[in-house]
Amino acid sequence: MSSAARTMSARPDTLRRGLRVVGRGFAEERKVLAVAVVGSAVYGVMTVAMARVIAHLVSTVVEPAVRAGEISAGQVWTIVWQMSLAVLLTVVGVVLRRIGAGMAFYNLQASYRRRVTRQYLRLPLSWHHRHPSGQLLSNANADVEATWNVFQPLPMAIGVLVMLVVGAIEMFRVDLWLAVIGMLVFPALFVANLVFQSRMSPRVTLAQQLRAEVSEVAHESIEAGLLVKAMGREEQETERFAEVTDRLRAAAVEVGRTRGTFDPVIEAIPTLGTLAVLGVGTARVAAGDIDAADVVQIAYLFSVLAFPVRSFGWVLAELPRTVVGWDRVNAVLSAKGEMRYGPDDLPTDGDGASSLRDVSYAYAATERADLGAEARDAEPESAPTGEQVVALSEVTIDVPAGLTTAVVGPTGSGKSTLATIVLRLVDPEGGVVEIDGRDLRSVRRGGVPDVATLVAQQSFLFDDTVRGNVTLGEDLSEAQVDDALRVAQADGFVAELSDGRDTRVGERGASLSGGQRQRIALARAVIRKPRLLVLDDATSAVDPAVETAILDGLRERSRGMTVLVVAYRMSTISMADRVCYLERGRVVDQGTHRQLMERCEGYERLVTAYTREAQERAAVAADEEAS
Amino acid sequence: MSTATSSEIGGGTELSTTDTLKRGIALSPELRAGLLVTLGLALVSTIGRVMVPFVVQQTIDNGILARGGPDTALVVRLTLLAAAAVTFTGLTSYVVNLRLFRASEGGLATLRVKAFRHIHDLSTLTQSSERRGSLVSRVTSDVDTISQFVQFGGLMLIVSIGQVTVATVLMAIYSPLLALLVWVCFVPLFIVIRRFQGVVGRAYTLVRERVGDMLAAISESVVGAVTIRAYGVEERTGGRIDAAIDRHRRSAIAAQIKAVVAFSSGQLVAGLTTMTVLAVGAVMAARGSLTLGELLAFLFLVNLFTQPVQTATEILNEMQNAIAGWRRVIGIVDTPADVSDPSEEGVDLPRGPITVEFDDVSFAYPGGDTVLSDVSLTIPPRSRVAVVGETGSGKTTLAKLLTRLMDPATGRVLLDGVDLRRVRFRSLRSRVVMVPQEGFLFDATLLQNIRFGRPDATRDDVRLTLTELGLDGWVEGLPHGLDTEVGQRGESLSAGERQLVALARAYLADPDLLVLDEATSAVDPSTEVRIQRALDGLTTGRTSIAIAHRLSTAEAADEVIVVDRGRVVQRGPHSELVRQTGSVYARLHASWARQQT
Repeated sequence: MSSAARTMSARPDTLRRGLRVVGRGFAEERKVLAVAVVGSAVYGVMTVAMARVIAHLVSTVVEPAVRAGEISAGQVWTIVWQMSLAVLLTVVGVVLRRIGAGMAFYNLQASYRRRVTRQYLRLPLSWHHRHPSGQLLSNANADVEATWNVFQPLPMAIGVLVMLVVGAIEMFRVDLWLAVIGMLVFPALFVANLVFQSRMSPRVTLAQQLRAEVSEVAHESIEAGLLVKAMGREEQETERFAEVTDRLRAAAVEVGRTRGTFDPVIEAIPTLGTLAVLGVGTARVAAGDIDAADVVQIAYLFSVLAFPVRSFGWVLAELPRTVVGWDRVNAVLSAKGEMRYGPDDLPTDGDGASSLRDVSYAYAATERADLGAEARDAEPESAPTGEQVVALSEVTIDVPAGLTTAVVGPTGSGKSTLATIVLRLVDPEGGVVEIDGRDLRSVRRGGVPDVATLVAQQSFLFDDTVRGNVTLGEDLSEAQVDDALRVAQADGFVAELSDGRDTRVGERGASLSGGQRQRIALARAVIRKPRLLVLDDATSAVDPAVETAILDGLRERSRGMTVLVVAYRMSTISMADRVCYLERGRVVDQGTHRQLMERCEGYERLVTAYTREAQERAAVAADEEAS
Repeated sequence: MSTATSSEIGGGTELSTTDTLKRGIALSPELRAGLLVTLGLALVSTIGRVMVPFVVQQTIDNGILARGGPDTALVVRLTLLAAAAVTFTGLTSYVVNLRLFRASEGGLATLRVKAFRHIHDLSTLTQSSERRGSLVSRVTSDVDTISQFVQFGGLMLIVSIGQVTVATVLMAIYSPLLALLVWVCFVPLFIVIRRFQGVVGRAYTLVRERVGDMLAAISESVVGAVTIRAYGVEERTGGRIDAAIDRHRRSAIAAQIKAVVAFSSGQLVAGLTTMTVLAVGAVMAARGSLTLGELLAFLFLVNLFTQPVQTATEILNEMQNAIAGWRRVIGIVDTPADVSDPSEEGVDLPRGPITVEFDDVSFAYPGGDTVLSDVSLTIPPRSRVAVVGETGSGKTTLAKLLTRLMDPATGRVLLDGVDLRRVRFRSLRSRVVMVPQEGFLFDATLLQNIRFGRPDATRDDVRLTLTELGLDGWVEGLPHGLDTEVGQRGESLSAGERQLVALARAYLADPDLLVLDEATSAVDPSTEVRIQRALDGLTTGRTSIAIAHRLSTAEAADEVIVVDRGRVVQRGPHSELVRQTGSVYARLHASWARQQT
């Protein structure tokens, strides 16, 4: 938000850049916008025409009738049909304009949301890691909206332009002197609107920003409610909230002051103009140059033109948002680094053996990237330079076919990174990753998921049914779903859900517990019968007894399957044929559990921490008893 | 049952509109200050709006059409006077704007802070996680709704009422009959638009729902990035997203069309009213019951009706929303805090190790099953106690009662023999600290987060704490050490690391009774053991109660309390309990031990 505000003031070429975005919108929604513009032009012409029709009726029908002291039905009918026609045309213009503008706006929004999300699906995980998810969501939502919102008032502004031109012609046609007043009033009104918008938008932006800040503080503090209470910090938190609330109050009053200043001015300008028309008009009538109807026409014109002129202000107020929004949207659309795929299939008769040769990976330690900033600096091809934190360095591992290999290591040793590299969810910076002897970079898109599957640490469920989450839309039989749920120990609780496996799990599986989500994610992997199964701490949220049952089930199933498992728990490690011990991104040792227990001190310390602790306690207790 | 009603936050108390206004004004006294003056000035300021029609009438009747030719001097005098009046009313409307904004924003800021404070005073029962979102919206979007109404709708409402009133008065002076005609034309429109508004309102409700669905679908492409790539379901996910986006687009266009129809019918009626006025007025003028100037003034006056009538329903809807929002905020402020600070009447706990006593304590969530029943136990000072049990056995409830995050339904919790309900919060919170499982972190640096419990601690104090906990190495490994930003909710740290910060925070706060609720569940075994040792050091000479999932904690405790289905079923040292074959603890321990080998 703050960066958006900065961009706004730092860009003197907002108008030019904004118009370029507008041009793009016109090119993409040509037909709909043509309807809107034509409708708006009709509206513009008819608004001016209405004043003329009234003046015409007054001078040709009403005045003579008043003078004659009587009016015929034919005269009344003239008033009715002429006015009705003018009203009808105006309304048709308005309807076309508004519907066209709305359709263009929503079509553009939808089209760009599709493009942005396609890009999210296309860009590599490393790109996702650099961008906070909140920012990406608001890009597809708020930034896209901000980019195209200008199309809501724009057709009206175009119509008003027509209105002003036709109006000016009318004024000059009626009387030069009255036209001169118009030439003073409308530019003044235009300028007042511009000044108003330019004063208003930074204040409104500030107020919005502070509103977001108030909301952030409230979110954070109330979410931390337990902690605030547990530490007795209610008073300080209230002060923190009161401080930002007060800044919002002051900013909102400033918005009010600006409005309060300009509203009366913008209203007074055409009113004073109308009064001037009446004064000067009377003198012109006295001079015999025009008649009363002419004065009324111009006065009426002033009063109906005053409001629509504001639409220029609305458009101009939108343009900075358009530019900032577009920059951010464009940063996503033009982001590079998409993963390239080769032409090959993995061998059809492979056994899922995987190997890593000299694999290194590092991620940026700097603050996460901001889309607005990327747009300004023209996003670099590769990951941003700067501090890099090494996650893996020169890792060489063989995951032998048909066996289970455990990756063990303390927090932050690179285990999860390894799990994603094995399946080519990210490309390493150096080294080669293979499955069944084939370099994964040469494999076609979709080739790896066909044979290898990951169950991630954070299980992710789609807002779909249980079945949909397990099959992911593939044609799999009920029996297969049954079987997968059973292996994952999910059959029991799924049967108890209101609609069984047709139960929708809610956004990200919100209606299920963490353990239940993990089990469904597990079933999703099992049902694919992958040759290579990668489990990244995939049973962390299930009870020990259930975990044991899952592991037993997997062991039975996994005959012939190659399994790579990231784990802490001894129970998981002990089902592995081989263990690979990592520390700070390096392979310290590989071998069987027994071998590592004997020769690798770090490994031994990690996996026996609890038992050792218990023994030491027992010893201390024995000492104390003895003394 | 009193807890049950009070937990119906904001929803249970259906205040009437007038009561809402009364109570709302009482909560924000700024709103009342000088309100009458503001309204009086507002009325004055609307007079400026009928200046033009009035001068039009005068100009035509007494100026241009004056007997003996146009009277330019009169018109000029008149326009100058009117210009002065317009300038003056312009000034008053500036004053009105400013006064309204000052009063309303001041009042709303007060309301916001009051509600915020009160939310923190509500018990964790009311604050439960699924309600947190709605609690936040009480002090954010609900108040914003009121504020937005006051800034736009409210102001417009006052101006519109004034404008319609003044215009009607002037019309009635010119011709009561024609004035009536204008009203007759607009009133049915008002009713029709109101009906339309229902249709349009429902259409936009659907749009909002679709926006929610669309955002949920879009979020899958971001949050599910790993899963989508691992399973190669980019196409399928893209298809689902496209469908959601298109459903939103279609509903939005449908709503727009309905809104346009409603709006245009307003314009149509306004235009046809002008036509009717002109036709009927022409007849009246021909018969001499209306002057030409008056007739023309009417054409201008009709325009003053169009905009208020068109926006009236919108404003009324906004007002209903604002009042509903106000009602919800008031609902929060008026929810009694079921766990309240005895403050003045309370007592302070003496410094030193604490004895904890549960005296026949029972607890049930409102409308739910009993979570704890008849728990009586005494934990002597300086002891290290582990509470174990299966998920849902009531362990966490025990911790919350002990730290007075909730009060028991029956029975008493005593610290050093004092009923917890009589202990001053200030004293209680400085002596008793709980570390919850989800160590919440603020979007700030590591240093600021650790200092949260003791704001006066220096950088060196924090360093010392980390060294004592054996966490100095870990902090040095972070990109900016103690000044590393942890991100929102600590998202740039792992779950285990967040727990380390929470522990350091509690350690620094230096309490006499430390309550750990599965505070190391996400930490790797060797780090956990290291932390455990440091905590043992901390808790020597103090009382500590640890709720544990990993039984390594229980093995290390002086005493283990086993909770099963809301009752304490076993207590004693680990070595003793584990020998009681067939017991709950023996079973728990066996399954734990199986995992270690």
